[in-house]
Amino acid sequence: MDISRTEPGGHPAEAAATGPSAQPPARTGRSGRTGRAGGPGRPRTQRSRQRLAAFGFLAPALAYLAVFFGYPLVQNISMGFRDYTVASFYTGAAPFTGLRNYTEVLGDPVFVKALVNTAVFTAGSLVFQFGIGLALAVYFNGRFLGSALLRSLLLLPWLLPLVVSGAVWRWMLDQDHGVVNTALRALHLAGGSAGVPWLTSPSWALPAVILANVWIGIPFNLVLLHGGLRAIPDVLYEAAELDGAGPWQRFRHVTWPLLRPVSGVVLMLGLVYTVKVFDVIMVVTRGGPANASQTLTTWSYQLSFQQFQFGQGAAVGNLLILITTGFGLLYLRSARAGLAEAAS
Amino acid sequence: MAVGAVVALTATACGPGTAPAKSGSGGGGSTAAAGSITELDYYTDAAGSAAWQQALSGCTAKTGVKVKRQSVPTDQLIQKVLQGAASHTLPDLVLADNPTLQQIAATGALTPLSQYGISTAGYYDSIVKAGTYQGKVYGLAPGVNGLALIYNKDLLSRAGISAPPATWAQLKADAAKLTKGSTYGLAFSAVNSEEGTWQFLPFFWSDGGDLSKLDSAQGAQALGYVRGLVASGSASKSVVSWNQNDVADQFTSGNAAMMVNGSWTLPALDQQKNLHYGVVPLPTPQAGQKPVVALGGEVGAIPATGTATQKAAAKVLSCILSEPTMLAWDKSHAYIPTRQSTAQTFARQNPELSSFVAEVETARSRTAQLGTAYPKISTALATALQSALTGQQSPAAALAQAQKQASG
Repeated sequence: MDISRTEPGGHPAEAAATGPSAQPPARTGRSGRTGRAGGPGRPRTQRSRQRLAAFGFLAPALAYLAVFFGYPLVQNISMGFRDYTVASFYTGAAPFTGLRNYTEVLGDPVFVKALVNTAVFTAGSLVFQFGIGLALAVYFNGRFLGSALLRSLLLLPWLLPLVVSGAVWRWMLDQDHGVVNTALRALHLAGGSAGVPWLTSPSWALPAVILANVWIGIPFNLVLLHGGLRAIPDVLYEAAELDGAGPWQRFRHVTWPLLRPVSGVVLMLGLVYTVKVFDVIMVVTRGGPANASQTLTTWSYQLSFQQFQFGQGAAVGNLLILITTGFGLLYLRSARAGLAEAAS
Repeated sequence: MAVGAVVALTATACGPGTAPAKSGSGGGGSTAAAGSITELDYYTDAAGSAAWQQALSGCTAKTGVKVKRQSVPTDQLIQKVLQGAASHTLPDLVLADNPTLQQIAATGALTPLSQYGISTAGYYDSIVKAGTYQGKVYGLAPGVNGLALIYNKDLLSRAGISAPPATWAQLKADAAKLTKGSTYGLAFSAVNSEEGTWQFLPFFWSDGGDLSKLDSAQGAQALGYVRGLVASGSASKSVVSWNQNDVADQFTSGNAAMMVNGSWTLPALDQQKNLHYGVVPLPTPQAGQKPVVALGGEVGAIPATGTATQKAAAKVLSCILSEPTMLAWDKSHAYIPTRQSTAQTFARQNPELSSFVAEVETARSRTAQLGTAYPKISTALATALQSALTGQQSPAAALAQAQKQASG
């Protein structure tokens, strides 16, 4: 983002070389120039005043981060190392127990299950959300009667409260009377009259919550990818068409490479969002049956608020934060490399 | 989201040395009772909320203490109380689900009721135990509930069943006979939460199961019996995803001929004009036995908020526990009075609830034996129930794993 702004100034290579710290050198460089014009006394005071002003602008954001992100995060991390019980809330006393919460959580058979479920849930959700979202975005990129209206209607799942969506899916996926099984039966796709045991079989519960989450996540992917598609100049398609490229080749060689930066952002945001999905699973299956759809988030909730083992719940939460932070750093690295590549 | 919830909780957690703050309505702090108190409950459904409001208003008129009421959804009450405990802004009176009382008392935020002269004389032993933590009574309930077998009279007579089942063998046979087309013989909840445990406990306890030793032969037998109902098709496989409201919906829509449910569902059933239902105590393993159901219902407790407000809260709680208020509240919310003498009067006045009254005598508190260890065992048992009902594990194997998990 910074690059595009510095580019007109004529220093793309310099900005790219300095990477994330592109902003400060660019600014001091400029103030240095004005300093040379105005005499030797001014630059320092102006620079410090500017720095003060910069900090003034930064302060509210920093304060916000410290109060609403830093403090709870530090508390949560410290909670993970303590024997935090219900009594701790009132007395404040929570003895330090070192890594005991972590060893107990990691030694629990539910942990492996929750970790695998989280991975499958995230991967499954992302693949289908992105795939279907992209297909729909390409479809709606063509202008036809009602395409704008249909596109905005497709946003509806994103606008519904998650609890409402979850409750509706739970109702639709009911084995005996759910509309999904009724439809499958009508199409003779369900195995016999029993129907698919969406919520009642340990092997189907996870696919069921993935299905619900995919439905909820499609609009998000659709809207962002559609925006990305709009940014691709039509001339490229016209040129490709003149060169004899068919629809698939145009997608493969024009749309896909030019959509890559947007796809990266969409997938990254989707990943961070999906790893911590809670409401949908809680409403649709409550992590059941028999932990079949238990993910790290629902398990953390269960440990904290059903078993009142807040230390262990916090430990699971911290592991989750660690995982998402890891993916976040990976993304930042690849994004930086991508930006450098784009700027050179 | 879960992380967010934990974070939100810790955010309100003040450091150790925070002095207990007087609640805003505390007033003078002398020995005089405050003029108004704050109250927290989870009666959020329209009928229950109105009934509870009526009980509170009546007590305001009697005691002169104004009550500022707050209702939150059931599963948020304990979070709300813990947040209040952390920031020392607890309400002056709390109506908490009885199995969570020991957890709240364990924070040290509650005051024993004996210091206000609220006596436990005449109450059922089990409800006193549910409100007791480390030898002191911290909570008393104006009414309790339990589970019973509710059956559709029309469907039973159409299937040629003259009397509702009283034993496990009869329940099994009748449920099989009543299963026809889209109608199942029996509906119950085996959902992945305390609700599932609560519905299974009557089977588990009536057959001699023991919460401190989940993997006993009796426990496995009880689980095997419930699993048989689902495996034979007499109950839907969906029981693992149904909560008790879903169970009631299945029953009222005619998809289930019998259901295991609580007294609180009866007012809603009465509104269905075409539904003719009957209520009997839950069937027992052998004829002539008495079922052991788990005791449900909310207990009133008084947090330490300052002398004046505690005193005022005690006045209101005493009024709520007095016989006229107890009778009126229990009638309007289909609960059972907690004092034996009051319950007998109640059974005479409300014969349709007599099955529930009979069960209260043998009902058991979930936390009496295990105290604050109960939630962990409950989670393990609910998981075992689901594991067995979905055919993942045999009842014995599921319970063995649950015992390992609970004691680990």
